[in-house]
Amino acid sequence: MKPTRTTLQSDRLINAVIRICGYSSIVFVTLILLFLLGEGLPALRVTSLRDLFGTIWYPNEALYGILPLIFGSLLVTVGAMLVALPFGLLTAVFISEVAPRWAKEGLKSLVEILAGIPSVVLGFVGILVVVPGLRRLLDLPTGLTAFTGALLLGLIAIPTVVSIAEDALNTVPTSYRHAALALGATPWQTIWGVTVPAARSGILTAVMLGVGRALGETMAVMMVTGNAPVLPTGLGALFQPVRTMTATIASEMGEVASGSAHYQVLFFIGILLFLVSLVINVAASAMTFRKRGRSERVLS
Amino acid sequence: MPRQHMITPRQEQNIGYNLLRAVSLITVAPIVLMVIYIIIQGLPAISLEFLFSFPTDGMRAGGILPAIVGTLLLTLGTALFSVPLGIAAGIYIAEYASANRWTMLIRIAIINLAGIPSVVYGLFGLGLFVIFLQFGTSILAASLTLAIMTLPVIITTTEEALRSVPYAFRTVGLSLGATRWQTIWRVILPQATPGILTGVILGLNRAAGETAPILFTGAAFFLPRLPHSPLDATMALPYHIFVISTQVPGMPVQIQYGTVLVLLVFVLGMNLAATVVRSRARARRQW
Repeated sequence: MKPTRTTLQSDRLINAVIRICGYSSIVFVTLILLFLLGEGLPALRVTSLRDLFGTIWYPNEALYGILPLIFGSLLVTVGAMLVALPFGLLTAVFISEVAPRWAKEGLKSLVEILAGIPSVVLGFVGILVVVPGLRRLLDLPTGLTAFTGALLLGLIAIPTVVSIAEDALNTVPTSYRHAALALGATPWQTIWGVTVPAARSGILTAVMLGVGRALGETMAVMMVTGNAPVLPTGLGALFQPVRTMTATIASEMGEVASGSAHYQVLFFIGILLFLVSLVINVAASAMTFRKRGRSERVLS
Repeated sequence: MPRQHMITPRQEQNIGYNLLRAVSLITVAPIVLMVIYIIIQGLPAISLEFLFSFPTDGMRAGGILPAIVGTLLLTLGTALFSVPLGIAAGIYIAEYASANRWTMLIRIAIINLAGIPSVVYGLFGLGLFVIFLQFGTSILAASLTLAIMTLPVIITTTEEALRSVPYAFRTVGLSLGATRWQTIWRVILPQATPGILTGVILGLNRAAGETAPILFTGAAFFLPRLPHSPLDATMALPYHIFVISTQVPGMPVQIQYGTVLVLLVFVLGMNLAATVVRSRARARRQW
């Protein structure tokens, strides 16, 4: 049976529509960048770059120094990684290399559940349980601190770290492990001497995307870090209130007039967040692409 | 070995394995405890009246109907835009695109969309949909914002599902005289449906639980009635949880936990549905 002329025509139309949809992601990323730049770059006209990277964030007095916010984000993210990396990576190793089947399935579905819990729910549990708990435990004036945020963010970043690191470990060819075992290494020595090093680029990807996840998280951090845009000084800052870049946008954008200086500066912070996530994701995916190329060469 | 070992490799391995077990347990324990705690604290608040009536007394009493309806509407609105677009884009990448620079660029764009912080999506939605296109703070603007955020999940799972259909299905379809699109529509897509469905559910799941993208694009603090049109703002469960846990003083704890439990059941229920679809399809698959 030959396709009729109308089938061919409608086919051509559908193919064209699908092609356009295929390119939509490029359109959206471009649109997002254009709108952020369009609304955010004028901030440089109302305040100088030097004022913008000043140390005081006090929009009521037109002081838009975003350094405290950047340091707030960094502090909380570094703290989150101190939680998420050891726990996430070791859990991934356990799931991929050691756990019996039932434990593997159980752990994976629990991590999936965690990934599905909305961050506002984690923020809620943070406010009602973690914040008062930490205040009493550590005898602090308030439990709304960078440390609380870091704990929750660590929990939020764990699913990302676990699933990507586990994937990376799974793609290490079984022959590598067999070779190590045949040479007399114990399974434990094989894990750390062969499997983990062979998966290192994938594990690095997991670390980077975990950082990206933590930096971009908004609601949970906003709810438990106390919202104080002060430049953190020293390690003690971990136990004081801070304010991240994301939380600043979320808590202030609702109250500003569109087109005002404050509005533009908030968009400018959005540009920074966009660029950081761009760099992290491009670097992470470049690493995966390159790695695939190399292993294909080695194994062919 | 030059170094004198205090313990044998076997003992070392035992210690190591136990350490891994302990760490994994500590990692997942908070998840289990949290879910159980929310269920215990929230269950007493759940009643038909709580689910089907409006909040009263500054949200300190009554039900959460408008928030539930709002979340359903937003999820539906998101699906309306992101499901057709995302599946079509997935089909393009899996079935049409050749391995060239443009396809690489599409992949990078998808990876980036997946990584953009949710609050930045909120900014974008505010700039494009609320202000530039003059949709105002509305269900329409919020749904569109959530839809773009959901796209990468739907596109990538669609692509994977299509790629897992054996190549022979395509050759057979084409050899019988079907056009490329007929082959995709009648042969490939039905085979890939469970995989695509899983991705759609997971994507919408994320949209249903998000707060930051709807903060300035469609969420309302309180509405005395249900929304009438897509251009109305709406209450939503995640935003309502944020409001009642940070903005309303003297909020009864039970209502707070009850609201969180409703959202959790909604979201985890969708997660469970995705898992069931996936495992049933795997069991039934003939190739």
